[in-house]
Amino acid sequence: MTDRRNVSSIIRNPISRRSALKGLAATAAIGTAPGFVRYSQAQSSAPIKIGFQAHRTGIGASYGRWYERTTAAAVKLINEAGGINGRPIEIITEDDGTDAARGAEVIEKFANQHKTDIVYGTLFSHVVVGSAPAAGELKMPYYVVSEGYHVASGKMNRWVLQPGITDVKAQTRSVAPWITSNVGKKITMIYPDYAFGHDHRDFFAPAAVEQGGEVIAQIPIPPTETSFTRYFPQIPADTDVIYHVMVGPAVLTFVKELGEFYGGSGPALFGFIDSLEAVDINSPGLEFLEGSHFWEGMPRYLQEGASEAEIAYRDAVGLDENGASVNDPKDVSTNAHSFGCWETLYVIKAAMEAADYKGPEDRAKLIEATEAMTEFAEGKEHPQGDKVFNGKIHQCFGHQNISVVENQKLKVVHRTSIEDGMYEPEADYTTQTL
Amino acid sequence: MGFGPYFLLASLEGLVTAAVLTLTALGLSLVFGVMRVVNVAHGEFFMLGAVLAWAISTAFAGHPSIGFAAALLVSPLVVGGVALLAERLVLRRLNYDPEATIVATIGLLYIVQQLALTFYGPDARPVQAPFNIRVTLPWFGYSGYKLAVIAAAIVLVIATWLVLTRTKVGLVMRATQYDRETAQAFGIPVDRVYAGVFALGAMLAAIAAVLVVPIQQAHYLMGRDPLLLSFIVVIIGGLGSLRGTVVAAVLIGLSDGIISVFFSPTLAKMLATLLVALVLVFRPQGLFGAATR
Repeated sequence: MTDRRNVSSIIRNPISRRSALKGLAATAAIGTAPGFVRYSQAQSSAPIKIGFQAHRTGIGASYGRWYERTTAAAVKLINEAGGINGRPIEIITEDDGTDAARGAEVIEKFANQHKTDIVYGTLFSHVVVGSAPAAGELKMPYYVVSEGYHVASGKMNRWVLQPGITDVKAQTRSVAPWITSNVGKKITMIYPDYAFGHDHRDFFAPAAVEQGGEVIAQIPIPPTETSFTRYFPQIPADTDVIYHVMVGPAVLTFVKELGEFYGGSGPALFGFIDSLEAVDINSPGLEFLEGSHFWEGMPRYLQEGASEAEIAYRDAVGLDENGASVNDPKDVSTNAHSFGCWETLYVIKAAMEAADYKGPEDRAKLIEATEAMTEFAEGKEHPQGDKVFNGKIHQCFGHQNISVVENQKLKVVHRTSIEDGMYEPEADYTTQTL
Repeated sequence: MGFGPYFLLASLEGLVTAAVLTLTALGLSLVFGVMRVVNVAHGEFFMLGAVLAWAISTAFAGHPSIGFAAALLVSPLVVGGVALLAERLVLRRLNYDPEATIVATIGLLYIVQQLALTFYGPDARPVQAPFNIRVTLPWFGYSGYKLAVIAAAIVLVIATWLVLTRTKVGLVMRATQYDRETAQAFGIPVDRVYAGVFALGAMLAAIAAVLVVPIQQAHYLMGRDPLLLSFIVVIIGGLGSLRGTVVAAVLIGLSDGIISVFFSPTLAKMLATLLVALVLVFRPQGLFGAATR
């Protein structure tokens, strides 16, 4: 009971003058602390503020960490080279918790509180889909590095762009011919049962059929699943290839259980590296992956004959030759996706320069300048390779890599052409008013 | 695959779920039964057990079974210590008030979860199983370790039951559960029993987590599902009833395994939730719970 009395006595005590002064002093100190948001208007020489919607917590946190590192590396280089239109970039990061509702709140916070020029960054498709309406209403340019088909589908709005990473529809179309001619024609797909997985389901199957293949079973798995053995009996016995794409912490279990289920025999595997981003290929239980193939946006392991630009990019981000952090070999990157942050920032830079961007009043001009772009040349700004940009659907198209797991490393065996992934656009954002 | 092997696989999967669930739910049930505290942070003790298992097992070189054995010993002790600390610093100061402790354990849930994110990181990390035997059946292969988990859970449940029914510690706990004031009048240090029970509940969750982590990987958000399922099990079985908890866990685990293999995992979850609703309506004290005194 004594404890209770203590609690209530604190509440009952009136605030003394001394504690009030202390509180005031603390508030003032916070106000002058570095990094605190000051609500002043941007000046012409003031930094260009880019709101970075990051997955710091939640299921996307591994990606978020590498998106942040890649962003920091690119911004450092851009600022050292004079910034954008002579103004440095300032990145303001907010955690979206890998949550759609929180994502929309973050957009509003960037617009109303931080007063950023644009918003950029996020990966998970549900966060993009949840945030896009807020970006549209606030007329806030929203550059995503998400790879889902939602941007290119026309279901977002004119303020949402994806200039730094190829979308899933193009990715699946690029790898389909290679799978059907090199791995097998009878394909069973295993994918997460939500938007990202549905993109794979909807776009890979027709692409495989075009190439003479056949998808004989599609097995959706709820995103919160932690055990997979129970799904394996659904895989038809005559399957040549299991096409797997999983996201989330359970993926190691998935591969391990697949290994236990089939032992040494069983169908060949083709996976999307999304399954194993930030996961060491040498992890116990992943021996089963040896000899199987993966899609990679950008190779995790440093390949022989890598371009100078790619090496410079890897050094700047801090990647060792195994694609882990130079500071910690166990801290494996999400390089197949996070390169998109780097390239998107350089697209933003180029678009702002083309639009002669001065401040928020030029946001519409910025969107138009981005839409006017058609291609990005390979180089230090685009180390993953050259790309084609379609301003009508706000989507870029690039080369894709197919790698084999060999001696517990990923080795690129095929690089698709940009044309492999191209499809007929289904939308035209430029008809929407700004 | 024919119906027989398919059913066998489903049952095996269900039994593994049931084994882990029984241990986790037992901890929750014990804490509620004796202390009348609804511990919302129970799932985080589970997660902490798994994360510590990773930390401990990676600290040992050599055969993975050495690290695993160390984890099985040390991780529950550390988690028990954390729970003890939480009990002393938080729950006791709230006088175990039912509403206040719910809010307090929600707070604890977030604190433990965010500390794990800060110090352990957002990645899922695997712990190597102490042995890697693939049991080859004519139709499919199955992990020998998973079978060992089922066996270990059975042993642990029997041990818990023996402690509760055959030892003085168990007698003291049951007396406290039955009537706190009378127990105190008979000189039972209720305060210390509470502390011990809370730590024991957390330790059971941690043991379950160490057992499951070679199958499932340690991740800072892994506490959610076990918490939810434990609540389902404890409500169906009857809060505070050991027998009810075990029966309900096996029921839920097996039906989850079988229904999700033959139909869909979503249907399994729906049926479990429906069962909870039915139990709450028609038998609020649970299948084996005693009516409120």
